[in-house]
Amino acid sequence: MASSTGLGKSAPDNAVSDDSERTAFGEAEAPGADVYEDMPAQGNPSVDVASQWQLMRWKFMRHKAAVVALWFVIGIYAIGLFCEILAPQDPNETNGSFAYAPPMGIHLFEEDGTFNPHVKGLTSERDRLTFRLEYAVDPEVIIPIRPFVKGDSYRMWGLFEWDRHLFGTVDPEANFFLLGADRLGRDNFSRIIYGTRVSLSIGLVGVALSLAIGLVLGGVSGYYGGRVDNIIQRVIEFLRSMPTIPLWMGLAAAIPLTWPPLGVYFMITILLSLIGWTSLGRETRGKVMSLKNEDFVIAARLDGVSEFRIITRHLLPAFMSHTIAVTTLAIPQMILAETALSFLGIGLQAPVVSWGVLLQEAQNVNTVATAPWLLLPGVAVVVAVLALNFLGDGLRDAADPYAK
Amino acid sequence: MLAYIARRLVAMVIMMFLISIASFVIIQLPPGDFLTTYVASQEQGSSVSIQQIEFLKQKYGLDQPFYVQYWRWISGIVFNGDFGYSFNWDKPVSELIWGQLGFTLLLSVATLLFAWAVSFPIGVYSAVKQYSIGDYIVSFIGFIGLAIPNFLLALVLMYIGFKYFGQSVGGLFSPEYRDAPFSLGKLWDLFKHLWVPIIVIGTAQTAELIRIMRANLLDELNKPYVTTARAKGMSEIRLIFKYPIRIALNPFVSTVGWVLPNLVSGAVIVSVVLNLPTVGPLLLNSLQSQDMYLAGAFILLLSVLTLVGTIVSDILLALLDPRIKLE
Amino acid sequence: MQTEAQLADRPDAGATEPEMADDVIVDVRNLRTYFPTRTHVVKAVDDVSLQLRRGRTTCVVGESGSGKSITARSILQVVDAPGRIEGGSVRLRTAPRDGREAEVVTLTDLHPRSRAIREIRGRDISMIFQEPMSSLSPVHTIGAQIIETIRLHEDVSKAEARLRAIELLRRCEIRDPEAAIDSYTFEFSGGMRQRAMIAMALSCNPQVLIADEPTTALDVTTQAEILDLMRELQSSYGMAMMFITHDMGVVAEIADDVVVMFRGKVVERGEVREIFANPKHPYTRRLLDSVIKLESRSELKPPEAEIVEAQAPTILSVRDVGIHFPGKTGFMGKQFAGVRAVSNVSFDLKKGESLGIVGESGSGKTTLGRAIASVRPPTAGSIVYSGAGAPVDLAGLTGPALANYRRQVRMIFQDPYGSLNPRMTVGQIVAEPLKMNKVATGKALQERVADLLEQVGLPPAVMERYPHAFSGGQRQRIGIARAIALDPQVVICDEATSALDVSIRSQVLDLLIELQERLDLSFVFIAHDIGVVRYFCDRIAVMRKGEIVELGPASTVCDAPTHPYTKALLSAVPTPDPTQRSMHLRARYDDSAE
Repeated sequence: MASSTGLGKSAPDNAVSDDSERTAFGEAEAPGADVYEDMPAQGNPSVDVASQWQLMRWKFMRHKAAVVALWFVIGIYAIGLFCEILAPQDPNETNGSFAYAPPMGIHLFEEDGTFNPHVKGLTSERDRLTFRLEYAVDPEVIIPIRPFVKGDSYRMWGLFEWDRHLFGTVDPEANFFLLGADRLGRDNFSRIIYGTRVSLSIGLVGVALSLAIGLVLGGVSGYYGGRVDNIIQRVIEFLRSMPTIPLWMGLAAAIPLTWPPLGVYFMITILLSLIGWTSLGRETRGKVMSLKNEDFVIAARLDGVSEFRIITRHLLPAFMSHTIAVTTLAIPQMILAETALSFLGIGLQAPVVSWGVLLQEAQNVNTVATAPWLLLPGVAVVVAVLALNFLGDGLRDAADPYAK
Repeated sequence: MLAYIARRLVAMVIMMFLISIASFVIIQLPPGDFLTTYVASQEQGSSVSIQQIEFLKQKYGLDQPFYVQYWRWISGIVFNGDFGYSFNWDKPVSELIWGQLGFTLLLSVATLLFAWAVSFPIGVYSAVKQYSIGDYIVSFIGFIGLAIPNFLLALVLMYIGFKYFGQSVGGLFSPEYRDAPFSLGKLWDLFKHLWVPIIVIGTAQTAELIRIMRANLLDELNKPYVTTARAKGMSEIRLIFKYPIRIALNPFVSTVGWVLPNLVSGAVIVSVVLNLPTVGPLLLNSLQSQDMYLAGAFILLLSVLTLVGTIVSDILLALLDPRIKLE
Repeated sequence: MQTEAQLADRPDAGATEPEMADDVIVDVRNLRTYFPTRTHVVKAVDDVSLQLRRGRTTCVVGESGSGKSITARSILQVVDAPGRIEGGSVRLRTAPRDGREAEVVTLTDLHPRSRAIREIRGRDISMIFQEPMSSLSPVHTIGAQIIETIRLHEDVSKAEARLRAIELLRRCEIRDPEAAIDSYTFEFSGGMRQRAMIAMALSCNPQVLIADEPTTALDVTTQAEILDLMRELQSSYGMAMMFITHDMGVVAEIADDVVVMFRGKVVERGEVREIFANPKHPYTRRLLDSVIKLESRSELKPPEAEIVEAQAPTILSVRDVGIHFPGKTGFMGKQFAGVRAVSNVSFDLKKGESLGIVGESGSGKTTLGRAIASVRPPTAGSIVYSGAGAPVDLAGLTGPALANYRRQVRMIFQDPYGSLNPRMTVGQIVAEPLKMNKVATGKALQERVADLLEQVGLPPAVMERYPHAFSGGQRQRIGIARAIALDPQVVICDEATSALDVSIRSQVLDLLIELQERLDLSFVFIAHDIGVVRYFCDRIAVMRKGEIVELGPASTVCDAPTHPYTKALLSAVPTPDPTQRSMHLRARYDDSAE
């Protein structure tokens, strides 16, 4: 609505959205003046030479919640990447005498005030009626916690053997359950850390696959139109009208139980993306369809630009930003789907550790009542999904810096 | 209008045909067939005789090629309402499914109505009062609602109910009504139990619908016809309801197309947690035990249900928006 | 939205105001409407005063961004957020109604949501807008929207209101009003929609009608009809009319008084003849000059006869070209009718001449231009190019031959915003055809691009900037640089100046003329604006419904047209001279005769 101009802009970040107004007005500058005489004065040098990505960055940075979410996402993925170091214990190490052990809080100081980060030991006793282990804190037993301790050894990224952990008990044999233990006495905290890797990577790999299918089919559909478009559209409509969970359940149940965990992992990822590509495909198609009739694309064709270069140089950059945003928003969908399937017991299976597999432990209300900390992987899911959604939202807002 | 509906119906029939093939393929996918499973169960002392197996094998053409099997299956369904035989339950599938499907439908539709009823006013409020504190709060809650898997919400509710109220919130009926014949009391009992699954299943969709309603309405609020209405002297409230909301309603109605499949999906998974007598637990069970006709019937019927819902919403939309008929 | 407190704070609110003359119905004094943005305040309307008088039409004229539209909206306080009236006053003399005497109401003292101002909107003052399609609700019938307006302000029954609505539609010359009242906007043509909009505005016999560019989106013949109607209604209703436009021709045709706005301020005002005969402010003069300039052939060009009668070789020969968009058989066998966009079009373009193609929307002129530029091949006929060596038929061209054709026949687009890839720098945009056709590389390429930019009047330093740094006219210059980069023979201009403000339009045209001289170019110049074509072209073809109805030297077509459609088209164009109002005498073309 505001059709007038702002002169004298200062910082680059304020000029992006108001730009079209400024230029529209520059024309009518002092009567009789040559059009371009006033150009150097009215322009803002840093905005004028700002590329698409620069403009997007400025726009994104204004979205504070998205910036925070971006750091969150980076943090979560870092956890997934370095989970061997970050987890104090081997996630699959069982300890029958600590089934459902409660979380142990870290104390920084001893009672006499000396600095010595530690947790208090636990004593257990089996209830005679329920046969359940009842735990009590033993204030006498002090288990010191230190950074960079030697602990369970692991193969870092499958490359080299190591045994350092970011933090842990000084005594490698001591028991330390920061967020409690599960049915088999495994450390819940370490398992959530390891679950991050699987759950987040399934999101990434799945989305990468969906993206590939969606970009190719959506792109072909939008670019060539006609019969191909019609067929692909019907397929998308068909897939979207099926309720996903029953479909997934049916397909996932078809995976033989004898398969190795890694095979199941990839099969599930493929299944998720085979059904999940439709929204990406639709978005791509719509974008390509509107872009291919843009004057600048026609102009490029008349300039003698090859089909390949039109796609890579004119079309792709124009919808890449948008696609990145849509992709970011698709990752949490994948994470939620994996979690749901694994929770039902038809997705990933132990010994693979994912958040969904961990939540399987919390399937009945009696267990949850005994060990509510088993719901904590769910918190991890919520945090990750929330951060990715906020990030995707911010990216989507920034995706088209040229929108009027 | 009639031509439009007719076209939609024909499209639906084609879609149903495709879905039936897909369903059949899915239930055929697991390695081995029911015979293998059957022989195993035979050893454990199943009551089914060899003759019966032979009879079923004959009837459903299990030693025949795929398309014959498919034809036997689908023609049985279409012409005789025969959905096949559940080996697990030793009963015809059609005896098992209708009750469950009914409850699934009831739950999904009730949740849809809930999601609409809640998201509509909140979405309108949030758009009209854009950037107000209320808008921010709603948006934030919406984000959280989208991020919580519904089964987790179910678990948390169950945990709270168990821990602080000492009662189970699962199921659709109290124990005393579970097997009782239908009565007003039973209906009331159903209502008392229904709200938990409705909230659990509906939260994410409600959050999504709020976002959609808000975005649609924000678009419409800036349209010139709003200024026109204002310039002819309408009061703000009246014009917002008569024009932009009326128009933003159209895309809102058409969301049924994808909300319904999501709700059905949600109902399936939440039912497993909350132990509801809907399709969920039975479907999961049949898939795990390769009870193919039972699983196939469920997948087919759930898909058809959502398809019918979509058509209904399309027709509703055509009634609401005069522009549709032109297409 | 404003609060009462803010209104009360206004320093000049309620201050003693000069007495309103008897015939003044709306008196705007020192009005200031600002749009606060994140970093600064945009002064869209800055100290504007104007009066609307009974029975007179006041034209507010200015280019985009002059604040004319915001001024109009400020009168009724329907400015979109975040705009706010910061100061000044708007006073209205209400009509005696319901036994109440006429009184002067200060509209700016009323809360924008108050009942008091709502009773004035649509009853005392009503408004019509530029885009009748989007300004009317798409899901309510025309009738429902008119009836609603009547019942908002008057206590009448639905049936009575309906009868009045039908009468209003009839009054606005809508055919078969009994049926039209139950139609939706999308079932109407652009002109009919605007008539319906006017009918709605008149439903409560307002004293003041504010029309915000009501004819800008319409074809010129439709514009003439709407102007006729509005003028007639204004005198029979005795309304004061505020007519906002950017078109000096329309001003000359319809105004009694003129207010010229520039950058939110009134730079000149006066009686219409006075303004046209004796403009005082340089901006007014520039506006008038650029319009009057387009009234005749450019002085930069050699005399028309010199080119028309020259024995120059034919460079492009268009024969019996037809372009037919095939009907589609949609899903489920639903048939979509095909469209015959262009049929049987033939003409020759001589070397060095500019051929104008004029027509209204739907005439097929753009489709034809795109076919010649090889965007979409014609479905019938031939386009033979003989610029370089042996004549070639575009239809048979593929691969390198087609690329060669595209090098020599270039195109300039209408939309200066859509035709430049926003993600490439100006240097990359202009260099692309050179690079793709391997004309130059490395340093030579850079120098060539710099040279091209200079030729179109842009400093070479702009190479590193992105298109968003430029105004519409500057972008169009970049588009021109791209078009001439490959030393073409023929350039197709598809409405190349219609998206630009009038004052920029002639500058771009002059640049093209200069380039034509220097580079020996031939132009096919497509436009809906006769003035632009007369200024620029040597010969003119008039298109209607896909066919050329008349083709001849520019002076003949413009001054002595033979085809009745051309006559109608030409006489519908408003002349920028208030002493020669001739539009009501215009020739009309009855297409029902066909």
